[in-house]
Amino acid sequence: MKDGEPHDGKTEEIEIHPTPMLDQLEDGPWPSFVTGLKRLRDSKGERYAPMVNDLMGQLNHSYENRKGYWKGGVVSVYGYGGGIIPRYSEVADKFPESKEFHTLRIMPPPGFHYTTDLLRKMCDIWEEHGSGLIAFHGQSGDIMFQGCSTEATQPAFDALNEIGFDLGGAGPALRTAMSCVGAARCEHSCFDEAKAHRGIINSLLDEMHRPSLPYKFKFKFSGCGNDCVNAIHRADFAVIGTWRDDIKVDQEAVKEHVAKVGRKYTIDTVISMCPTRALSLNDDNTLDIDNKSCVRCMHCINVMTKALSPGDDKGVSIMIGGKRSLKVGDMMGIMIKPFMKLETEEDFEALEEFAEECVEFFADNALEHERVGETIDRIGLPAFLEALDLDVDPNMVNHPRTSSYVRTDDFDEEAAKWFERKATEAGMTVAGE
Amino acid sequence: MSTEKATPRAADEVGVPDHIQYMHPTLVKNHGNWAYHDRPRPGVLRHVSKDGEEVFTVRAGTQRQMDVYTIRLLCDIGDDFADGHIRFTTRSNIEYMVSDQAKVDPLIEKLGEHGFPVGGTGASVSMISHTQGWLHCDIPGTDASGVVKGLMDMLHDEFIDEKMPNRVRITTSCCQINCGGQGDIAVNVQYTKPPKINHDLVANVCERPAVVARCPVAAIRPAMVDGKPTLEVDEKKCVCCGACYPPCPPMQINGDDSTKIAVWVGGKHSNARSKPTFHKLAVANLPNNAPHWPEVNAVVKKIVQAYKKDAKHWERMGEWIDRIGWNRFFELTDLAFTKHHLDTWTGARKTMNMSAHIHF
Repeated sequence: MKDGEPHDGKTEEIEIHPTPMLDQLEDGPWPSFVTGLKRLRDSKGERYAPMVNDLMGQLNHSYENRKGYWKGGVVSVYGYGGGIIPRYSEVADKFPESKEFHTLRIMPPPGFHYTTDLLRKMCDIWEEHGSGLIAFHGQSGDIMFQGCSTEATQPAFDALNEIGFDLGGAGPALRTAMSCVGAARCEHSCFDEAKAHRGIINSLLDEMHRPSLPYKFKFKFSGCGNDCVNAIHRADFAVIGTWRDDIKVDQEAVKEHVAKVGRKYTIDTVISMCPTRALSLNDDNTLDIDNKSCVRCMHCINVMTKALSPGDDKGVSIMIGGKRSLKVGDMMGIMIKPFMKLETEEDFEALEEFAEECVEFFADNALEHERVGETIDRIGLPAFLEALDLDVDPNMVNHPRTSSYVRTDDFDEEAAKWFERKATEAGMTVAGE
Repeated sequence: MSTEKATPRAADEVGVPDHIQYMHPTLVKNHGNWAYHDRPRPGVLRHVSKDGEEVFTVRAGTQRQMDVYTIRLLCDIGDDFADGHIRFTTRSNIEYMVSDQAKVDPLIEKLGEHGFPVGGTGASVSMISHTQGWLHCDIPGTDASGVVKGLMDMLHDEFIDEKMPNRVRITTSCCQINCGGQGDIAVNVQYTKPPKINHDLVANVCERPAVVARCPVAAIRPAMVDGKPTLEVDEKKCVCCGACYPPCPPMQINGDDSTKIAVWVGGKHSNARSKPTFHKLAVANLPNNAPHWPEVNAVVKKIVQAYKKDAKHWERMGEWIDRIGWNRFFELTDLAFTKHHLDTWTGARKTMNMSAHIHF
């Protein structure tokens, strides 16, 4: 049966494990993963039915004993060193059919776009080789094809690979990236997220498929400061869309907005909420914007989607060093490149080159099991900037240092560099005009 | 039979696939050319291009861990209403793009018929981003899909409506590594006891120097027990984080008496208004009660309701607390403020109030 309807008959060949704990998760209005698992378990004659029966038995056992019963191991496909998450059951004596229940991490298209035709092919492949259980998507951004025996891993990968999909990252390696819906369906988008995403990851694939970095390295791409893929918190290398010129204002649409929601509400929800007090509502209900003070936070644009939009001189900011807890605690990315233009092929090449330099720096300098943010903390941001030949910028800090414990005998030389750079920038602007 | 081993198929290293081939044609046509959007009703977005072309997006919640029957059903709906194209959000909601407005209501009806809640847009509580838990993780303290199912059942009305002050992003994590990520509310396992060590197994199973190096507080040291090389934990130093358990499973961190759940509040990814923030501890030591986690559910409900009632429009959870103060937060949520809410980790001093600003 492939008509989307659940089977109601019980599989004759297998003895169904009672799952009293899981059964309680079938009530309620939210779609139930337990009901889904039961559809697979009750698929008469399907080779995965006994596997899902035992999986459910083990999961119910976990619910009863409040313990996990999976252990890792080493499973990979020919030519690759990563991308499979091996899972062996520690209670295989009770639940032998799901004793191997590996996950294939498969990289999705940027923005998570699919045709139904493609999804059906993926379902067919996973019915033939796996458990019939697929997660869209894991926290890593991968499509997780969950539940595969060791033996079926290679044919399952071959089949997915033949329809144009590749394994993602696992272990100490370049990891699967994520990007927001971006330019495909969002007016806030400040760059072609998918192009940057594919360009960077596909130029560094070797680091994904043959893990040899000190630890994981993640890229994420968000089209604006709303950061819908959580890049600043979760990526070693976050690419965030921004713009250099003024916010675009349609004053007539501003007036319409004020007329609709009222002057007080506009002041309370837009003007007063600007983090840098860059907004003011004129007496004629048009908007006065101090663009030099604007930090591109996106709030006013989010509220007044029709009246306001990002400027025309778009590009990206790059933030480096975000990660989760283990082991020094949570870290967010630090602003490393406030602005890179990202329009021409050369611009994209420059971004890819910078990404490669960062990964190379990480490979050469990080200690084992150290994320790049921790490396920066260990050596200090100035050393990181020097290694990557980057100029220091006030946008990198909340405020300059407060500790006087620093040696400043080359301060004048450093200041001269700053003034020289400022003069060059000014000169270039003049020459460009 | 040939004695030669068959050569395995060499992988075609295609990398990240080209998304354009899978994208809805109206999105392809208007790529990078969108002017603005609005939300005609909860769960529906209307994007208008600079040329005046419209696309309606209908968003629905899914169970994330999906069986092939569910996926095929979602595909059937996509064929009938959305030209055979779908996409997923980062929070595992499915989105159907529809260029013909007349199809929006029938699509919503069809999704409803099959039990997929339409919502998750604007100022709603969207789907919880979560981890794998007992279903597939090798180090989980609890389940993920089950906790999420219980919470989303409770929050269903807030998913299908847009009646919160701003969006609410909830995450869950099955251990303190926190793979679920930061959230307005984060429901995370919090261990309360040092690992229990099976000294017979450590030498054979664990790479001991790597385990020693993994400990964030240097509480693990090499030891000999019954003549066997093993590891021991200085329990006075141990912060019960569980970081030693993944590289050394004989250092069991999970247990009925030790695997508890903590709820954190005020994490935010977006740069809108305030800078991104980490979530902060609201309450710890909640029981890990499968299959409904009622104590966790009650706390989350209380926090969501307090925020809904008291926050101003567009204030996220953390921004609301910044305004009203932690004093009032603990009052409004009936939660206790304890010495465990005082940070003791690196940088802790920067989390203290070093001013005369106080809330009464």
